[in-house]
Amino acid sequence: MSRQPFSPDEMMTIAAARALRDDDVCFVGIGAPSAACNVARLTHAPGITLIYESGTIGTAPEVLPLSIGDGELCETAVTTVPVPEMFRYWLQGGRISVGFLGAAQIDRFGNINTTVVGDYHAPRTRLPGGGGAPEIASLSQKVYITMKQSRRGFVETIDFFTSFGHGEGGDHRQRLGITTAGPTLLITDLAIWEPDPQSREFTVTSLHPGVTREAVQETVGWTVAFAPGLSETPAPTETELDVLRALKERTRIAHGG
Amino acid sequence: MARFMELGAAVSAHLRQGDTVAFEGFTHLIPHAAAHEVIRQGIGDLTLIRMTPDLVYDQMIGMGLVRRMIFSYAGNPGVGLLRRFRDAVENGWPRPIEIEEHSHAAMANAWEAGAAGLPMAVFRGYKGAGLAGVNPNIRHVTCPFTGEELAAVPALRPDVSFIHAQKADRAGNVLIEGIVGVQKEAVLAARRAAIVTVEEIVDDLGAHPNACVLPRWTIAAIAVVPGGAHPSYAHGYYGRDNAAYIAWDAIAGDREAFRAWMEEHVLGQGPQVFAERVRELRT
Repeated sequence: MSRQPFSPDEMMTIAAARALRDDDVCFVGIGAPSAACNVARLTHAPGITLIYESGTIGTAPEVLPLSIGDGELCETAVTTVPVPEMFRYWLQGGRISVGFLGAAQIDRFGNINTTVVGDYHAPRTRLPGGGGAPEIASLSQKVYITMKQSRRGFVETIDFFTSFGHGEGGDHRQRLGITTAGPTLLITDLAIWEPDPQSREFTVTSLHPGVTREAVQETVGWTVAFAPGLSETPAPTETELDVLRALKERTRIAHGG
Repeated sequence: MARFMELGAAVSAHLRQGDTVAFEGFTHLIPHAAAHEVIRQGIGDLTLIRMTPDLVYDQMIGMGLVRRMIFSYAGNPGVGLLRRFRDAVENGWPRPIEIEEHSHAAMANAWEAGAAGLPMAVFRGYKGAGLAGVNPNIRHVTCPFTGEELAAVPALRPDVSFIHAQKADRAGNVLIEGIVGVQKEAVLAARRAAIVTVEEIVDDLGAHPNACVLPRWTIAAIAVVPGGAHPSYAHGYYGRDNAAYIAWDAIAGDREAFRAWMEEHVLGQGPQVFAERVRELRT
């Protein structure tokens, strides 16, 4: 257990990292997922295969990339393949055990929006769009999502279905012919969420240290369900914090921040 | 057959007003110098294709040269949104822009179909995705063998494709190394011409047997522009100018600041300035 103070952001990254296994083949989204995946690689999962959509397979960057195509991803990869091959053979071919995504908006069923705020044809805010996410969400064997909680991000109804999670819940994925598990874990700065086995609604299963149910509810635009056996997320260990902070510091220096 | 030309002459010889054109590169080897030359020549009413339109498409959109854009991720990688693109979509400034939006998987498959001379790409995708409801070019076919429903999108076939590469040999064969993206596909899918800017010309490419080499007869013109991918990077030559990507957010956030920046850094310059821009970034 850590004696150092830690931030909610650090707790989120470390909790997300812990979810990954040494034998995972993980398709890494940029931003928060990238930090978590590399902390996993540098702590308990040195054998993990990290894949970025730029075609870099088995990459081991010394610093976090600013983009999904930074040179270091290629230099440290086992192999770098063309982008069509990345999506055809490796993702569509069923080789990815975990797709790790971030999001701008999410709903209770783990559907994600990174496309627009407002109407698609006359948006209030035009966001970057889905990139690889629509197929990462449907073709990875399972999906982990990590993002900070806020009323703007955790909404009753997302404005656009960039990536399909559990749709309207229940067996909606299967009804669309999707054979993969979809979002099975949501890690935020406040809690760990898992889908209810029947309704597939994301339910809080673990609160991070010091976080209350009220604090979780305040940042979410729907009535939050808490699991009966609600637990507390173990605080970051000294090692986890040291690894994350060193990684962030190397990254800051490398990117001239 | 590849002809060695000045960049300005290569652009004016092959690209026309109203063309469909791709400047491809997946974070790496983005042909900034070539796009800047197009901006200087004021060739407009373009349909732009690219999986990951970033700063240089933001610039072309902000300069009013773009009628339509086909893309799958329109962001400033690692920084955030594209503010000129947003202004065009949200406010129609400086002109409205039509968009045809896809996922990466769709675009990558569509590039491959274009290179393969097929009319469309077929893949397992878009399941439950909202784009299928707003983009009429996302359709479905049924596999005649298994009955599985699969997504179909039209092949990408631009009039002209631009890419940046590390090097050409004296005959005009071109080598691309590192993250190769969809550049080979973009070159082979071009209907009229593929134009390549390179870091240097060498006697021998030194390529291993499976390297990504584009034979000289697949390319219309080669222009030597050292640093021509800046602020993206050229593997083995110079690193990515991350500070430039971060700085772009504020520049593009304001119409006047954007215009002033374009005057100073693009309109009043030529391809020769790129070598100086990467001097401190050389590896």
